[in-house]
Amino acid sequence: MKRKKRIIGIVAVLLCIASLYLVQKLLMPKYSADIFEGALIEDYYNETTEHQVVFIGDCEVYENFSPITLWEEYGITSYIRGSAQQLIWQSYYLMEETLSYEKPDVIVFNVLSMQYGEPQNEAYNRMTLDGMKWSGSKIKSIFDSMTEEESFVEYLFPLFRYHSRWSELTADDVTYMFSKKRMFHSGYLMRVDKKAAGSVPEGKILDNYQFDDSCYEYLDKMVALCEEQDVQLVFIKAPSLYPYWYDEWEAQIESYAKEKGVPYVNYLEEIEEIGLDFSQDTYDGGLHLNLSGAEKLTRYFGNWLKENYDLTDYRENEELAKIWSEKKDFYDEMKEDQYRELDEFGYLKSYGAREVTNED
Amino acid sequence: METLLEILEELHADVDFKNCETLIDSAILDSFDIVTLIAEIDNVFDVAIPAEEIIPENFNSAKALYALIQRLDEE
Amino acid sequence: MLFTSYNFILFLVIVFILYYCIPKKFRWILLLFASYFFYAQAGVELLLFLLSTTVSTYIVSLQLLRLSGTQKAYIAKNKTVLNKEAKKAYKSKIKKKQWKWLLACLFFNFGVLAIFKYTNFTIANINSLITAFGGTKQLNFLNLVLPMGISFYMFQTMGYLIDVYRGTVQAERNIGKLALFVSFFPQLVQGPISRYNDLSRTLFEKQAFNSSNVWFGLQRILWGYLKKMVIADRILPAVNTIINAPEDYQGAYVLAGMIFYAIELYADFTGGIDIVIGIGQIFGIEMTENFNRPYFSKNITEYWRRWHITMGTWFKDYLFYPISICKPMRKLSKWSRNHLGEAVGRKLPVYISTLVVWFVTGLWHGASWNFITWGVFNGVIILLSGECAPLYQWFHKRFRVENKIWYSAFQILRTFLLMSSLRLFDCYRDVKTAFSMFGTLFTKWNYEVFFNGSMLELGISTADYMVLLLGVLLLLLVSLRQRKGSVRQQMAEKPITVNLLAVYLLFMAIIILGAYGIGYDASQFIYNQF
Repeated sequence: MKRKKRIIGIVAVLLCIASLYLVQKLLMPKYSADIFEGALIEDYYNETTEHQVVFIGDCEVYENFSPITLWEEYGITSYIRGSAQQLIWQSYYLMEETLSYEKPDVIVFNVLSMQYGEPQNEAYNRMTLDGMKWSGSKIKSIFDSMTEEESFVEYLFPLFRYHSRWSELTADDVTYMFSKKRMFHSGYLMRVDKKAAGSVPEGKILDNYQFDDSCYEYLDKMVALCEEQDVQLVFIKAPSLYPYWYDEWEAQIESYAKEKGVPYVNYLEEIEEIGLDFSQDTYDGGLHLNLSGAEKLTRYFGNWLKENYDLTDYRENEELAKIWSEKKDFYDEMKEDQYRELDEFGYLKSYGAREVTNED
Repeated sequence: METLLEILEELHADVDFKNCETLIDSAILDSFDIVTLIAEIDNVFDVAIPAEEIIPENFNSAKALYALIQRLDEE
Repeated sequence: MLFTSYNFILFLVIVFILYYCIPKKFRWILLLFASYFFYAQAGVELLLFLLSTTVSTYIVSLQLLRLSGTQKAYIAKNKTVLNKEAKKAYKSKIKKKQWKWLLACLFFNFGVLAIFKYTNFTIANINSLITAFGGTKQLNFLNLVLPMGISFYMFQTMGYLIDVYRGTVQAERNIGKLALFVSFFPQLVQGPISRYNDLSRTLFEKQAFNSSNVWFGLQRILWGYLKKMVIADRILPAVNTIINAPEDYQGAYVLAGMIFYAIELYADFTGGIDIVIGIGQIFGIEMTENFNRPYFSKNITEYWRRWHITMGTWFKDYLFYPISICKPMRKLSKWSRNHLGEAVGRKLPVYISTLVVWFVTGLWHGASWNFITWGVFNGVIILLSGECAPLYQWFHKRFRVENKIWYSAFQILRTFLLMSSLRLFDCYRDVKTAFSMFGTLFTKWNYEVFFNGSMLELGISTADYMVLLLGVLLLLLVSLRQRKGSVRQQMAEKPITVNLLAVYLLFMAIIILGAYGIGYDASQFIYNQF
């Protein structure tokens, strides 16, 4: 009798743990109806082959570069490990983690995040961290990112963070319980709509333009890591008109890159050469490029890569060609679908855009 | 014992103090009654009941109360 | 450490595992370390308070013990020589000495409590008096920290000392054991206020692992967390919205606030006590109950026998009776019997003691006039209802409604509304506001707010209301069931799968429906800073 009770007890505990796991999966946000960028980080683990180039950074990478174009025109395989407001230490740990999965020839890092020396925002932290698979890098990244109100337990068991979603559950929460909706193209978030940039005001005057010491530390770590792993590190500043990129910041990066011998390109200075037209090539008035802008930038950047690095053109490789052809198909499908929605609704209804009103 | 019963009956005329054994447990006597009782007992018997003796065991029946009075008197 | 923090849960699990791994005779020592560790989380310096109370009480209780020993020896030695008179005289001499020791310790300890809790209140009142008399000088407030749980452990320990003085408790010779009695972590924050004879029975026992205790204790802890996190913390934002802006929330809102607060306080306080007693139980330690379905009370006197029971009995045994039966009071009673009439004379001791006790009760709840007013009002109403007894008797003789169900329902509702109204003094920061808000119940006819969606703008959503409704229903059902006997006992007689399912659902409800985490503020137990 006692034995039976013990067995029932153990079974009960196991069932309880299993149900907790399922409930957690159910209640975590799926980012399937809006705020798609929340699903970016997790998308990486779906990749089946390695990449020659890996982009790391915030929205200035995942909205501005098209890996499909890089493949089509240069046969270069790439992936963008981006996420919203990705902070520099988060980028470093993503870099460290990526290098445990593969060894790309080039890693490209967008330096905008040098301006943030402190943990910023719980919601953005979640979008960058929740999607990572458990690893030493993830744990370190969590501890460096937590704001005052957060606690590690809530990252270990996200159920404690998202339990209150019980009253907001939708059908999507069940559909995408174990895998997210496919929305990205090797980490690129596509937008075909247009919204011309207006006049760009000068940035506000800051008290202090000096980047935080901790940010420089992480930059140093990136340089050291890439050297140690024999990966070419490249710094860029994407050609987004907002947020404002100060001359004082530019000077610091230029001098750092020169000192460390890391190539650095500021694409804000090459807008004409790239052929960017901010009345056509942006979907939000200059913050991010749209599809046509991203393809232009990628074409230009690909050329620079070709000239500076010895990167194999894999378009003849049967296995890779098959994989990337499928990616291209999905890319074209989404492009078509987005244009269709623009025609039908005037805005990208299912892609996170808001209805355009006369006040916009 | 008679005197004690008289005092008790003055508090509640309709209660059978001779036989009832649950004066406290059934809330027949409340704290007001107890205070009055103690004052009267001091008056009449010249016995001071201290606060620590105010427990159900001593006040649940007239018999128990009388036993208490006698005990305190001896000491 | 708040009960509702991850750290506390971890702490509890670790202590629990260690407790049953170490040899039985060391188990109470582990609890002592755990309790001091727990208290130190609020600030290591604060341990000084625990220590000063423990050490002073220990020293004095041993003095009392020594004097009793001297008395016994002397009387035994001189049995043949002493007559009744001499014996009485000698005893009273010893008693006087003991009384001096007791007084010193009470003075010291209550003095500490008074200084840290009531100095700023006193200063505020002095300042008001100065202004009232036209003065301009204002005293500065002191920056004093209020040691966690001081009102609880202080009263508990002083109760112990008084019991030693009275001879109903044997002084504890082991200072470690006394220290544990003073600091026992589950009850440190909000009670129950235990008596030494009750708690020591199981506190120091060499506890063997008892699966039934652990299982029942766990259930009680979960039940407490459910009340606290699913109900109390959920309804709190609405309560705060209403009481923090009395200018905007009047009339019907005050009624809503009263009822919400009644639910919130009940769930928070009784839930907290469930956790406390449940924790005791998993360690095999029995603690006194502090609540007995208080909202089923039919009148205010009954309510105070069922709500915060250990506080009520503490004041009764250590304040009410000592005052009402002491010599000076009896003298006063006699005098007034002769000069003001029999009726007045008999009632006087009770009336004075009652008002004193309720004044102190109010003061104990908080260092401000609204708490004192609340206390005194309770006392006055209790006395008034006593005065109305003949009226009630006449009524019940004339109209035979005493045992009718609807009349009982009326009594329960009446008492509930009365106590909820009195709690307005608890809610609003000053007496004037409390009175005027109560007035708006009758003068401001905005009862349409219950129907036009305004109730959804208080900080809780429709989904929240649903959960609250189900929660309150569950509480009601369990309370009704409990009248037949322990609910856990009744559950235990059902098949094990039913038990497991119930506990599982309880656990999941807390995790999923609990009002915690980012988006909800971590709430303090209301009685935490006492």
